[in-house]
Amino acid sequence: MLTFTIRRLLMAIPTLLFISLIIFLILDLAPSDPTANLPLTIPPDVRADIRASLGLDEPIHIRFALWLQQFFVNEPLNLFEHWTGWNFGGEDRTRVISWQTRSPVVDIIAQRMPQTLWVVGTAYIVGILIALPIGIYSAYRQYSIFDQAGTFITMVGFSIPPFFSGVLVIVIFAVQLQWFPSVYDTTHVVIGWDSFVIQIKQMILPVMVLALQITSQISRFMRASMLDNLTQDYVRTARAKGLKESTVVLVHVLRNSMIPVITVIALGVPQVFGGAIITEQVFKVNGLGHLLIGAIQSGDLPTVQTLTFIFAVLIVLFNLIADVLYGILDPRIRYD
Amino acid sequence: MLDGATPSVLDVKDLTTTFKTRVGAVHAVNNVSFNLKAGELLGVVGESGSGKSVTMMSLIGLVPSPPARVTGGPVMFEGQDLLTASNEQLRKVRGARIGFVFQDPMTSLNPVFSVGFQVMEPLRKHMGMNKTRARARARELLDLVGIPDAARRLDDFPHQFSGGMRQRVMIAIALACDPKVLIADEPTTALDVTIQAQIIELMKDLRDKLGMAVIWITHDLGVIAGIADRVLVMYGGQIVEHAPVRDLFANPRHPYTRALLLTVPNVRGERAQRLRVIEGQPPILRAAPTACPFRDRCEHAFDRCSRENPARRLVGPVHDVACFWDPETGASSDV
Repeated sequence: MLTFTIRRLLMAIPTLLFISLIIFLILDLAPSDPTANLPLTIPPDVRADIRASLGLDEPIHIRFALWLQQFFVNEPLNLFEHWTGWNFGGEDRTRVISWQTRSPVVDIIAQRMPQTLWVVGTAYIVGILIALPIGIYSAYRQYSIFDQAGTFITMVGFSIPPFFSGVLVIVIFAVQLQWFPSVYDTTHVVIGWDSFVIQIKQMILPVMVLALQITSQISRFMRASMLDNLTQDYVRTARAKGLKESTVVLVHVLRNSMIPVITVIALGVPQVFGGAIITEQVFKVNGLGHLLIGAIQSGDLPTVQTLTFIFAVLIVLFNLIADVLYGILDPRIRYD
Repeated sequence: MLDGATPSVLDVKDLTTTFKTRVGAVHAVNNVSFNLKAGELLGVVGESGSGKSVTMMSLIGLVPSPPARVTGGPVMFEGQDLLTASNEQLRKVRGARIGFVFQDPMTSLNPVFSVGFQVMEPLRKHMGMNKTRARARARELLDLVGIPDAARRLDDFPHQFSGGMRQRVMIAIALACDPKVLIADEPTTALDVTIQAQIIELMKDLRDKLGMAVIWITHDLGVIAGIADRVLVMYGGQIVEHAPVRDLFANPRHPYTRALLLTVPNVRGERAQRLRVIEGQPPILRAAPTACPFRDRCEHAFDRCSRENPARRLVGPVHDVACFWDPETGASSDV
């Protein structure tokens, strides 16, 4: 398993380099110009100087190499210095700068990340915690009232897009009932119990909308996987041993059923970091999805490029984690 | 050998199992009665769908209910009626007093747990053993069923065992708590012929060593001839003939049994002869039987067979048959 993991990690390096090249080349096709939103009175030669100062007059391979250096060497060193307080004399290291805000992209991402993780991450965990019992019980009592109701609700959750369900819960809970705020206040700081309650309250609506989607997906997976296993011969063997029904279902069947579900859950984690673009828009959560959309709209290529690449890294990483989990859970899978 | 004085360990009366399905009821088992004597090996033969497995699963509550409904009885085992017993009481019988070996050893073991864990499970559950003792006992059991290097193999997973070895593991699990009765549901069907012979030898050995009674479900008459003491022949969810194994092969009474015996290839017979088949399909048991289930495929059928379901009648000391036709005289007890 260890050899497998190391081999996969090494293989991830060329994969990610290739992905970064593709992202770079595609974004290079975009007609975005960092000086486009500067005042029109700036003469063309000054604009050319500005572009040159950003390195944009270099040939494409030089620019790609410089980006690689900034992203893989300069930014990690910066982070390292920031965390440890040491100094490697990095004052003149160039950083990936956002064209829109003129500040380093990584710093912006570091600011936005907590919002996304709080809202989307909580929704993911809540969604999974609700989905697993529903899936297990629906499968165990297939075609019961509970199962039928569960199927109906998950189908609804599947098919209603968040721009509808988001607005719907705002109308119901924020406008009519006035229980929760409709806008997520990013500047809110938790300092005590009261502010914590406010934080929870403002999280409830976006979390509800996202958790509905996540629950729908995962519970369907869980149910299907349980159904696959409940009819297996080994379940009859477990019953023939005189084991309790709860042991049969929650030990013998569940352990087998979790194998595909765990991988689906692991593969979904990058999406958590990616943010829920639409839901973040609806509730004005100032997270990564929000950042990405804003960057795309204003042609802020460095931000788009960095975010896209970070998502790519997460996807590759969690694919690997899913594979490793698969190997741990299923003794029939041995990678070595 | 066994005689009438040997006490019964399992006494089944009028067991009936019905499955409710979307297209109507299926009467899978109809009024099945039999008994099992201590230490004997009772063979149950019949083609697929004849109700052999469902009968045995029903009496210990292993058929899913719903859709199944098990009625009739009593099914007496160790002074207890299994049909009226609670789930909790049944669980104490299953795996402890009655062990099971199933057909397909490839799928009957849980793929994600080690073999040791699966053998230890009934020991810890029914015998209250702690981990260390259960492990020691599991090692003994694997030794007993002839798995080499048992101590090391406890930590292996089912996929690391061959089919024959997995079936030995299943037998070890079934025998773990020293059961009074072992129900083997086609334990050799999914195995190669050479492995079949090994497993049959092993079961005979174990029966002699441990003295439990065995119910051996199969559709292979050759296997039955080699190991059984008594045989039940099932057809259409009923017992159509019951006899000691010698009587059954020497003097089969039911047309179905006779036909079944003709389908067995004989190495000493004429080579040119084609193997006989029983024409037609087994019945679909939509309603409770009111006629002989075999009548459509029977070459001796007459009017009465479609009016009335023949009851089992004695034709020898321990030989009974559910048929109106008498093979000796060729006469039909037509009324």
